[in-house]
Amino acid sequence: MTSPDERRIAVVGASLAGLRTAEAFRTGGWQGSITLIGAESHPPYSRPPLSKGVTDAADPFSRLALRSSIDIQATWVLGRTVEACDLTNGVLRLDDGTTLTADAVVAATGTRARRLPLDRRPANMHTVRTIDDALALGKALRHGTRVVVAGAGFIGCEIAATASQLGCRVHVVTFDQTAMIAPLGHTVGAALQRRHERSGITFHTGRTVVSVQGDDRCCDVILDDGTTLRADVTIEAIGSVCNTEWLTGNGLDLHEGVLCDNDLHAVASTRTAIPIAAVGDVARFPNPIFDAEPRRIEHWQMAVDTARHAARTLLHALGHGQPVTNPFTPLPSFWSNQGSSRLQSFGLPGLADHVEILDGDLDHDFVVGYRRHGSPIGVMVCGGIREAARYRRWLAEHLTDGLVPSAS
Amino acid sequence: MKVTVDMNVCQHYAQCVFEAPAVFDLDENNQLVYEPDPANDLRQAVEAAAAACPVQAILVTGR
Repeated sequence: MTSPDERRIAVVGASLAGLRTAEAFRTGGWQGSITLIGAESHPPYSRPPLSKGVTDAADPFSRLALRSSIDIQATWVLGRTVEACDLTNGVLRLDDGTTLTADAVVAATGTRARRLPLDRRPANMHTVRTIDDALALGKALRHGTRVVVAGAGFIGCEIAATASQLGCRVHVVTFDQTAMIAPLGHTVGAALQRRHERSGITFHTGRTVVSVQGDDRCCDVILDDGTTLRADVTIEAIGSVCNTEWLTGNGLDLHEGVLCDNDLHAVASTRTAIPIAAVGDVARFPNPIFDAEPRRIEHWQMAVDTARHAARTLLHALGHGQPVTNPFTPLPSFWSNQGSSRLQSFGLPGLADHVEILDGDLDHDFVVGYRRHGSPIGVMVCGGIREAARYRRWLAEHLTDGLVPSAS
Repeated sequence: MKVTVDMNVCQHYAQCVFEAPAVFDLDENNQLVYEPDPANDLRQAVEAAAAACPVQAILVTGR
């Protein structure tokens, strides 16, 4: 048997979830080695600000770099991707042809931007996922720039609001009936869309982009009803695709992320020789505060929560620490800044069958409650952050009520 | 344990208030207020708050 000090945990993905998992291994007492492998050449940084304002091109990392509270004593392999992973023999193959052995693997590879199915893509089409994306977009946005945003989810609306505040002329195209309908429902989505419209953003709802014609400086974005939108800049914000190709061939369920059990152990058709857990955007797991349905939650806070839990799960699998007995019951929580609107959401409003205004009105600050089968399942607070903390506590108490043992 | 929040960086995302409500709070004007010298048994919550801050405005020092 090898001594614990000679074993290695490979953390594949070096963003928030990967970094916080590595930290949790150390605080949990792991003495072996940790290798973090990241596709970007940058050390971990905070992504949420990228779509919420123009990134300061002069010194982007002074504000965005993620700090660790402890020295994680990790080996960093940046600017490299894992192309294949053999969980039977514990071998990872990198894109430069080198290999790495591991005694446990953390899948923290996150997502990439989904792209429109276009035959050709001019150079003035952007996505916003990485700091390099945000810097390139920031350079392209000026007062008077004609901008078309494909997608009216949170990222699309945040980018549209940012561009509008810079004085750009902004059109948003979405297949949905209103902005943000999937996460927030029709009533709230429509109210927030009206706010954007009042600030000068034009929405084309129920529409799709069928083609983009023109050169790298100016294009015509053609919609399915024949509408043509002239654009200096086009931004694709139509969702994400999971980076899980590297795990193919191990008997894992890689449909929409990495299917995990409640402890974030990846579920395999046959038991893998070395343990693997998933964290952050790629982890698809059941959360008993809602139901048994495994879901991926692409929230900042969920990356932090899954990191802590997955580290405990893997440490126990490696013979360290106590078994995880309490169910993993993280409360989904995210925020969005869109122009002057500050949104804070808790729970999963998208699952609701009933929506009610709990406080305020939709044209000003408001709190909306979401219910499913009569029980609270989410809260969305627009404006007062102080109220948000109170409603979060209220929702958490409702959702964890009846769960055993006590979950916090 | 000493807690310092860089108020030039803080964007009032309030994630720290959710993680460590005994240490961080918002006043009536939604401005962050916090206990700069919290008791040691709050260390885990304070470190969770620092880790959860999207703009990394929270610095925790000392034993």
